[in-house]
Amino acid sequence: MRRGITATALVAALALAATACGSDDDSSNSTSKGSGELSGTVTWWDTSTAGSEDKVFKKIAEGFEKEHPKVDVKYVNVPFGDAQNKFKNAAQSGSGAPDVIRSEVAWTPEFADLGYLAPLDGTAALVKQDDFLKQAAASTKYNGKTYAVPQVIDSMGIFYNKKMFKEAGVEVPKSIDELKTVSKKIKEKTGKTGFYLRGDDAYWFLSFLYGEGGDMVNATDKSVTIDDEAGVKAMKVVKDLVDSGAAKTDATDGWENMQSSFKDGDVAMMINGPWAVADTYAGKEFKDKANLGVAPVPAGSAAQGAPQGGHNLAVYAGSKNLDASYAFVDYMTSVKTQAQVTKELNLLPTRTSAYAEEAVVDNEIVGFFKPVVESAVERPWIPETGSLFAPLVTEYTKVLTGQTSPEKAVKTTGDSYRKLLKGWK
Amino acid sequence: MAVHTSQSVAKAAGDDVARGRSRGTGNPPPPGRLRRALSTHWYAWTMVAPVVVVIGVIIGYPLVRGIYLSLTDANERNVARSIGVNHMPATYEFVGLDNYADALTGDQFLGTLGWTLVWTVSCVAITFALGMALANILNRRIAGRSAYRMALILPWAIPGFVSVFAWRFLYNEDRGLLNKILSGGGFDGIAWLDDPTWAKVSVIAVNVWLGVPFMMVALLGGLQSIPSEHYEAAEMDGATAWQRFRHITLPGLRPVSTTVILLSTIWTFNMFPVIFLLTRGGPGDATQILVTQAYKFSFEISPRDFAQSSTWGVLILVLLLLFAAVYRRVLRTQGDDW
Repeated sequence: MRRGITATALVAALALAATACGSDDDSSNSTSKGSGELSGTVTWWDTSTAGSEDKVFKKIAEGFEKEHPKVDVKYVNVPFGDAQNKFKNAAQSGSGAPDVIRSEVAWTPEFADLGYLAPLDGTAALVKQDDFLKQAAASTKYNGKTYAVPQVIDSMGIFYNKKMFKEAGVEVPKSIDELKTVSKKIKEKTGKTGFYLRGDDAYWFLSFLYGEGGDMVNATDKSVTIDDEAGVKAMKVVKDLVDSGAAKTDATDGWENMQSSFKDGDVAMMINGPWAVADTYAGKEFKDKANLGVAPVPAGSAAQGAPQGGHNLAVYAGSKNLDASYAFVDYMTSVKTQAQVTKELNLLPTRTSAYAEEAVVDNEIVGFFKPVVESAVERPWIPETGSLFAPLVTEYTKVLTGQTSPEKAVKTTGDSYRKLLKGWK
Repeated sequence: MAVHTSQSVAKAAGDDVARGRSRGTGNPPPPGRLRRALSTHWYAWTMVAPVVVVIGVIIGYPLVRGIYLSLTDANERNVARSIGVNHMPATYEFVGLDNYADALTGDQFLGTLGWTLVWTVSCVAITFALGMALANILNRRIAGRSAYRMALILPWAIPGFVSVFAWRFLYNEDRGLLNKILSGGGFDGIAWLDDPTWAKVSVIAVNVWLGVPFMMVALLGGLQSIPSEHYEAAEMDGATAWQRFRHITLPGLRPVSTTVILLSTIWTFNMFPVIFLLTRGGPGDATQILVTQAYKFSFEISPRDFAQSSTWGVLILVLLLLFAAVYRRVLRTQGDDW
């Protein structure tokens, strides 16, 4: 009897332990190789704007199944703001990572440096490499290897509401000073705020920084430049815009607030890029698409410039379905797909030959942004580029909300940059 | 990782008290009895063993690992990774107590700790005062008492993140209900989450809103256990309402209130979701408490700084342990027995 109980207890304990350690291995992902035909599942994390761009990308991504009937494309839209961290979590732990990720240009060298991406040289993902715009291809290379394929390229411009401009009788501002006078006039004539300055994302600060002749870092002589005189000036410029009432800003929910105020006609201008076009057209002020005007960002006291950005498609190194993923990346970056994306979403292709396509030639937004992109400021594509925003945005928001001075803000940012970039001046 | 650890330790400890599992075992059996207990209750011990092992793995391992990482310079770029064809060995080094020295001498930890203390004290104090007031009101016989009780417990019944998101919509500067009401009344809108001072007020308000039901229910339970004879006797002696409250209600609630204050302090100190979901620690770093900052080190900045995050996690754990020990000692000197 006693022994019986011992045995029962042991078995119970073992059973408990066994269930606790149950594995959830997902073996349905494997590919049958050798037959030459692609099969299996390709999971793609897209970061395009939800509610407008995502529908088009989902449709296009699933079009891959028509060419390869045995492949199942799983489209997942991950909010852009969360994607970098989500991918890092998944990639490092090895569970739940996608096969293909839409990686922002600054993330790509970082992911590659961490070993999360599969090198693509010589694979099916990289077709006619010379066809890609040089600027777009720059961010895909790291340590002599190619880790991603450029999907779209972009820069920023000033978006304005033509109707409101006409009402106020103003022209598009070409400089910060003009921006302030235009804003003031709009306030007088329409009662609305002139300009929305995004205060919770330092990417929107860059054109002001470039305008004063500054930059975050200088990779050629390995020095940190954010705390130069230009950085201080740029911080003063944005603070003055907010303090003088020329611009309004938010420290949280910046994207939603910016888009909804602009779409509803509560502000007349914002700085934004092609990725916002589809969403903006959905607003009530822009039912007539002609009401949206786009112009170069206003110049600062020293220069005029906007950051060059964009997105690449990269393949996760731990993907169980590399072959299909390579083919999927090629499909998504082909001339045909890029032309379709431009037609439906006004995004800029990364292939030179795509610019000869009718849909691209006729597109007004592309017509505007193409020269802007060509003269846009390129950031150094080092693994740390993606890390430069976190320290900057904290200080940028602090300046806008009056918690610190421009001088202190850039100094703190510079200090954390030097901690990040060991050995830089 | 350490963030998690310290939380689960705190929670596990908290659960014990909350469920009153240890009630009645105020005097632990002397060590001599252990052997006898083992021989008579060996079957029970066997059944408990798997749980003990699992808890050891779930809490013990991360704790030890967190402490170890806090003594190294581990970050995202030097830990071992193996992804597909890419294999990278760990290259981080043991740095001793450097991380602790940096944290304790720098402004960031102490600054964040300062606000964390303000946040904890004000949240607990306001929650306790409101909970006490509501419990006293609902302890009387008033019409619709159960309906009120239900309504006041509601914040507790809604998942935390849902109510926090609801508050975030209410607080929205342009489109939020609060500012619409203000502008309807002819006032200027308030930058609830965008102004550093208002953001602090806002996060405290939400946490109070979330915490009041717990306080109220716990204190209501305590109130109902106070014998009504005491009040009757006091009334006979001509004690005023305030005197009754001061000399019967407060002492009668003491066992309950000491426990809920301890629990509430630990929970509030580590109240991650309210801060993270409402402001993400912003604007700037204005509402960043220790746990959200530790999370930021480990998950938001890049390269992710596991060492610093673990250091903060361990420091949080130490602070809470110290607090619990001091609190207990103070209570014991005042004659409480627990």
